[in-house]
Amino acid sequence: MPDATGLELTAHELRDGNEESILGTEFQRRRAVLLAAPAHVPLVLRVLHGKGYTFLASLHGVDYFPEEPRLGVLYELLDMQAVDRISVKTRVSTADPHVPTATEIHPGAEFPEREVYDMFGVVFDGHPDLRRILMPEDFEGYPQRRDYPVGGEPVLFTYNEERSYGKWQ
Amino acid sequence: MALETSDYRQREESITYSTESAGQGETHELLTLNIGPHHPATHGVLRLIATLEGEVVRDIKPIIGYVHTGIEKTAEDKAYWKVIPVIERMDYVSYYFNAMAFCGAVEDLLGIEVPERAQYLRVIHLELNRIVSHLIWLGTSALDLGAISMFWYCFREREKVLDLMEMSSGQRMHTRYFQVGGVFEDIPRGFARKLSGFLADMPTRADQYANLLEKNQIVLERLRGTCPLDEASLLALGVTGPLLRAAGNPWDLRKAAPYSSYDKFQFRIPVGTVGDNYDRYRVRHAEIYESVKIIEQALEGLPEGPFITPDRKVALPPRHELATSMEALIHHFKLVTEGFRVPPGESYYPIEGPRGELGCFVRADGSGKPARVHMRDPSFTNLQALAPMVRDSYIADLIATLAMLDPILGGIDR
Repeated sequence: MPDATGLELTAHELRDGNEESILGTEFQRRRAVLLAAPAHVPLVLRVLHGKGYTFLASLHGVDYFPEEPRLGVLYELLDMQAVDRISVKTRVSTADPHVPTATEIHPGAEFPEREVYDMFGVVFDGHPDLRRILMPEDFEGYPQRRDYPVGGEPVLFTYNEERSYGKWQ
Repeated sequence: MALETSDYRQREESITYSTESAGQGETHELLTLNIGPHHPATHGVLRLIATLEGEVVRDIKPIIGYVHTGIEKTAEDKAYWKVIPVIERMDYVSYYFNAMAFCGAVEDLLGIEVPERAQYLRVIHLELNRIVSHLIWLGTSALDLGAISMFWYCFREREKVLDLMEMSSGQRMHTRYFQVGGVFEDIPRGFARKLSGFLADMPTRADQYANLLEKNQIVLERLRGTCPLDEASLLALGVTGPLLRAAGNPWDLRKAAPYSSYDKFQFRIPVGTVGDNYDRYRVRHAEIYESVKIIEQALEGLPEGPFITPDRKVALPPRHELATSMEALIHHFKLVTEGFRVPPGESYYPIEGPRGELGCFVRADGSGKPARVHMRDPSFTNLQALAPMVRDSYIADLIATLAMLDPILGGIDR
């Protein structure tokens, strides 16, 4: 993990490439986060890739309800040579949940991006195969959002498929 | 009478069956074959849509989600210490690792130090769990390759480890032994002796597995040189763990970024050379010996001291204090009824699971329940490498590769 100064320097370097790419930084005890503008995520990831953060360790979504913009996508990057981690965070609203895909830079982002789309409804523009991955194809809603209630989900069997989700409305 | 297909079935048919033109007339037709979701060789509820040209796999699409139980969502509705039992059930073969990643992330947010004895006890149990996980992998993989007796031998040793786990925590699986700040209880009397007995036994047993498998021509021919994938592709696909090490990259978080006192132990990291199925087998098999070595050292150097943090705001007070101390009673009551509060923040805590980097992301909003729990499960990411591995190889090698990939569907679907 870069220290607070290193994180600011990285942010400055990225801002030199594109003024609007980095909106801010967050620094915690064991965590350095770059807040990226949604449209410039591939650019940020590409620059970080060039700086050695070549391994996308994890990609996940977060719902910051009731804050706005609500949805967040986090990219946990890893530099295997320097054993160094940095996170990139981007925030989108539920009204316009579009983030360009990272699959061109990190092919391994394909499944995680599908999961974030499935659970939070973030649309990754340019993703080769953006479908639901864990929930059934015809599931409605985005279950990991904070306003989606817990429980009461009917189990789909052949005998109740007529009455189950996708049919009941 | 034509049955009207339901809406669900119609949508199910929208799954794209990828095709590739064989382009050589009727004799070279492509066949789309559905494998699973209920199939003994898929190691769980995994469905594979394979496009075959004769016996050769041209493309494969894994379809997952059949055991999705929404554990991440459930975790958001539970107090921190009640999340541990549900999160252990994600990857149901490596439960200690799931608990470790979650506890580590929460400890990180709370900023508490884990006592050294607890760290050592964690290492002992993590490595025991790694041995169990590799034994299950070895037994079921050998079963897929037709070596049925291996299954019984591996499960014989697994029983011994489960007995040890029962001894230390009262449960054989999903033990809920790891707590935020340490472990639930100290190891009981007699545990060390029984563990030493097992450790003395295990390397010989592992030798026997090797003798059974590595002199078997059928196993060797099905593993050697089949379905290799180079290091660069594996890294691009986010693959970690034994699969990456089999391709020659010695990346192991226990060495690279030690957590829980792993830097105090001497062990080696087995690496392969070409990254074929044989290397994947050898790397995992060799890891069993290294785990034994780590446990031996941890047991030898087990420091005295508390087994859980003395911070009463996080850990339950000892039972005997409840009868004499009002304060302990209050802490106990508060912890059991509403749990502890975690200051707002985010944490990503990666550890080296038996299948690769297992990272837990926890977001706390200051309340007694996590606002988001996400597990970066290695099986989920590693499954992406299946298609590039098996493309243009025989369907029999697909089964062997899937076995060597060691996916745990509970971890994939969570």
